[in-house]
Amino acid sequence: MVEPLLSIVGLDAFHGDAQALFGLDLALQEGELLALIGANGAGKSTLLRSITGLVKHRKGMIRFRGEDILGLPAHVIVGQGIALVPEGRRLFPSLSVEENLLLGAQVARPGPWSLQAVYELFPVLREKRKAPSTSLSGGQQQMVAIGRGLMSNPDILLLDELSLGLAPVVIRDIYALLPKIVGNGLSVILVEQDINRALSVADRFLCMLEGKPSLQGKPGDYSRDQITNAYFGT
Amino acid sequence: MDWINIIIQGILVGGLYALFATGLSLIFGVMRLVNIAHGDLIVASAYLAYGVMQLTGVGPLTSLIAVIPLAALFGYLLQLLVLNRTLDKDILPPLLVTFGLSIIIQNGLLEIFSANSHKLNLGSFEIESIHLMPGVDIGYFPLLTFAVAVAVVFGLQQLFYHSAIGRAFRAVSDDPEVAQLMGLNNRTVYASAMALCLAVVAVAGVFMAIRANFDPSMGPGRLIFGFEAVIIGGLGNLWGTLAGGVILGVAQALGAQIDPGWQLLSGHIVFLLILAVKPQGLFPKGAA
Repeated sequence: MVEPLLSIVGLDAFHGDAQALFGLDLALQEGELLALIGANGAGKSTLLRSITGLVKHRKGMIRFRGEDILGLPAHVIVGQGIALVPEGRRLFPSLSVEENLLLGAQVARPGPWSLQAVYELFPVLREKRKAPSTSLSGGQQQMVAIGRGLMSNPDILLLDELSLGLAPVVIRDIYALLPKIVGNGLSVILVEQDINRALSVADRFLCMLEGKPSLQGKPGDYSRDQITNAYFGT
Repeated sequence: MDWINIIIQGILVGGLYALFATGLSLIFGVMRLVNIAHGDLIVASAYLAYGVMQLTGVGPLTSLIAVIPLAALFGYLLQLLVLNRTLDKDILPPLLVTFGLSIIIQNGLLEIFSANSHKLNLGSFEIESIHLMPGVDIGYFPLLTFAVAVAVVFGLQQLFYHSAIGRAFRAVSDDPEVAQLMGLNNRTVYASAMALCLAVVAVAGVFMAIRANFDPSMGPGRLIFGFEAVIIGGLGNLWGTLAGGVILGVAQALGAQIDPGWQLLSGHIVFLLILAVKPQGLFPKGAA
């Protein structure tokens, strides 16, 4: 069997003295969309932040394309092809929409995504490209955050809390565009509070509980009750 | 006519204060670093120019061709090797380390160049002036200083808002963590900002040294002028910093007119008044 695009073995991660991940294993295949679900504090964001190098205090193995990336700093990892769309969007407030997007292309990896391609995906951003990023609505800001992540032409896109704080109609619009985003064989790890939404688009899911996997498999393999039990640990 | 003359001279001196201040404003804006050694770096640049002039025989303005890149390189390495290690959530380590640096620079200069004062000589250009009206003459050199200050602020403003490195400066200032996710190495971005700061410091040092005598103990005084100009103008606003320098210069000139002993005092009083009335400064960030 070929090695997965991303494989994590026995990952421990810490916030100060508190341990957030306990010997976590995870494999992501090329072109796969993996949904990461779990209650608040289950360690989903910590996992994404560990993969991208933002959590420094971690042990175990993270291999990307067969190479260990655990020791690499965050600014190098993005250059290797792993981009994070962070929770809460975290746009740069003193930069315009277009400047935010251009900064995403800082690492200049070749690929299908360009300013042009992002504007075609989200036409509203073209109209607002000179506007300060703070003047946008939540949904538009999320579009900028996604576009900024895509601009680095990643092999793996990590989406943290895609629908957090957004109106249902906006969430529906963004999810409607997801197939266009993950086309081109992009691999995705999606963290999402809305389990139904996440399971409806995912190839596979991993439910986390207190820093450990509690259930994983294909969305159709388990009943709602089994997933709910894994989610709440009941 | 006297008062017009005083105010004009004050404005022109304000250009020099703005040159002292822009570097401080720049690095505080990018990395929230307060550099206590800033004034000493200005004085050290003046000595560097003095050394270059002694070695090569060029004039002070020509010496900038060597002094600016040398100062910038020093700034880059200083940030990369020393100051980056002090940057964290705690604001105290950078203050302590740059305070130590200030002492090292002052004593180093004293050791090498002695306590005797020096001046960089620009020849007759220093005393030539434009006669505007009776009692009002504008010296070429103060005018040049002011023009350079305006040019420096304009250039930095362009760099900040219309270049890739400027975008990187603003991004790491906004959110250092997410900036890393964009592939920016914060440490080298900070080092570039410090290099830019020291390039401005080099210009400030040479203009200061042409205007008046300098000696190794002058740094902290220049730091205070720089701080006051930055605070008066509002943190993070470079045009505001220029305005702050001008206000400080005019206040000092007017104070000196009342009584020579009031020159520095009146500058400090105006600074304190503005701090009391508008703690954010006159033109806080975002208002420009």
